[in-house]
Amino acid sequence: MSMTADVYDRRQDRRPWLKRLADASEPYLYSAPALILIIVVMLVPLVVGISYAFRDIQLLNPFSGGFIGLEHFETLSKDRAFYTALKNTLWWTGASVFLQFGFGLILALLLDKPFMGRGIVQALVFLPWAVPSFLAGLNWAWLFNPVIGPIPHWLFDLGLMSQPGNILSDPQYAMWGPIIANVWWGIPFFAITLLAALQSIPRDLYEAASIDGASWFQRFWSITLPFLAPTIAITVLLRTVWISNFADLIVVMTGGGPADRTQIVASYIFTQAFKALDFGYASAIALVLLVLLLAYSMLIILLRQTLLNKG
Amino acid sequence: MKTSLLPTIAHRLAILAYVIFALFPLYWLFKVSLTPNDLLYSEGVRMWPSRTTWEHYSFVLQHSAFPTFFKNSLIVSGSTAIIVTICASLSGYALSRFSFRAKYWIVGLMLLTQMFPLVMLVAPIFKILTPLGLTNSLTGLIVVYTAFNVPFATFLMQSFFDGIPKDLEEAAMIDGATKFTAFREIILPLTLPGIAATLGFVFTAAWSELLFALMLINGNNAATFPVGLLTFVSKFSVDFGQMMAAGVLALIPAALFFLLIQRYLVQGLTAGAVKG
Repeated sequence: MSMTADVYDRRQDRRPWLKRLADASEPYLYSAPALILIIVVMLVPLVVGISYAFRDIQLLNPFSGGFIGLEHFETLSKDRAFYTALKNTLWWTGASVFLQFGFGLILALLLDKPFMGRGIVQALVFLPWAVPSFLAGLNWAWLFNPVIGPIPHWLFDLGLMSQPGNILSDPQYAMWGPIIANVWWGIPFFAITLLAALQSIPRDLYEAASIDGASWFQRFWSITLPFLAPTIAITVLLRTVWISNFADLIVVMTGGGPADRTQIVASYIFTQAFKALDFGYASAIALVLLVLLLAYSMLIILLRQTLLNKG
Repeated sequence: MKTSLLPTIAHRLAILAYVIFALFPLYWLFKVSLTPNDLLYSEGVRMWPSRTTWEHYSFVLQHSAFPTFFKNSLIVSGSTAIIVTICASLSGYALSRFSFRAKYWIVGLMLLTQMFPLVMLVAPIFKILTPLGLTNSLTGLIVVYTAFNVPFATFLMQSFFDGIPKDLEEAAMIDGATKFTAFREIILPLTLPGIAATLGFVFTAAWSELLFALMLINGNNAATFPVGLLTFVSKFSVDFGQMMAAGVLALIPAALFFLLIQRYLVQGLTAGAVKG
């Protein structure tokens, strides 16, 4: 029951108007609970949050709440911590997406080939995805901890560290801690989506190509990649937005330290709201992040539309 | 076609490397949770302790607030999963079966909610929920998590409904059933696997959520597992055995649901990736 049926209805409409009204409102009734929830819990706070960006709202100060115009943004433009966070966000997002995608693609290619025990292997390598993010963060923080974890000792044995120390408290390398945890946690996502796309490629294409004497690499380059391209484009773009907002691992593993070296914009917003209880300033940073992401998201929506129209 | 040995071995070795990388952290978590305290430092990097003990587990279960956290998390995640699945099957059905004027606006709205940083809602939601008495309460968390998960679950359910041929309900309606009866009697039973998958996805998402729980909850009574574990870590950061035992316990429900929905992962994540 959709387009065709509706057109049919309209052409020879013998239904009473009340019934017509009921039919027309049916999809709205079905969507109402979901829509009301989204509007009340997400859209309203979003608008309220945007208004906070122009007000002085500090939780512990009962005299705050006044309208202060662009003052937060002036502070923000001089806030070195914010620029560091912006730079860290680029680094965190870029490295995480690149590594997750690279390893995810390799894993998908490995799993695309039938072998004994593939079902079990698949369940095992996808397991990290099911680990709650806070636990993944804690788990990796413990692995990096020289008291309890093996990694510092391995690095020491390999001669990469002068003594078994904690990478998370080393300003130069601290960001690698959350990035590695994020890669571990995010590989399954890419592997699963890419595997689904790989399995939808018609097999006879490969057979025809290998009869023609194409090498593995040629087949990969001229069959696999073009087929995967739409999936790759969309997942990478969406994942970029998602990871740049993903503060859990950083909040759990380093809290943004040492000396703000792992602070990304999302965790900076959270720290301002949760620790400093400065809701106004937190909202101002959030608004800047939103504008940056909105520009990026428009790109995704346009791309999705073009891809859908093509398909 | 003959298969040469070398690529096969390389393939298996690569797979093995992935399996080890995926499982090692969890293995280590489990190992430390079984190591007695007196061996913790002397046998720090050994692959398996010379003695094992369950005492960390019994301590965590008997002398800490973790059973409360566990119960709170179960209530929050379970209720969220059920409410979200009900709302999302209705809205997913509407998006799948009807073409109506506001459809593209609704899809656009739901996509938008997947794009903007949820962390920017932390402060306003706290301010809005406080006068309503919904901070420090499980109900508040359930409301917030339900709204956050509805858009993704809607797209997921829509993709399951799309997989069911329309002829089925049209036939039923020719036989005189109303649309809602057709939905209830024919479509819903066929979508049971999809419903199970949605329940699983949402349960896992709610079970893992950290930032809003940290902001909205303080004190042990309404703390969920992530909040409880983090508080525990910052307070008693030397009790590694107990922390990791608690970590293993937190992993169990998520891993169970993962096994349940494993088959639908591909469909679910594809829907999520393409649509939101």
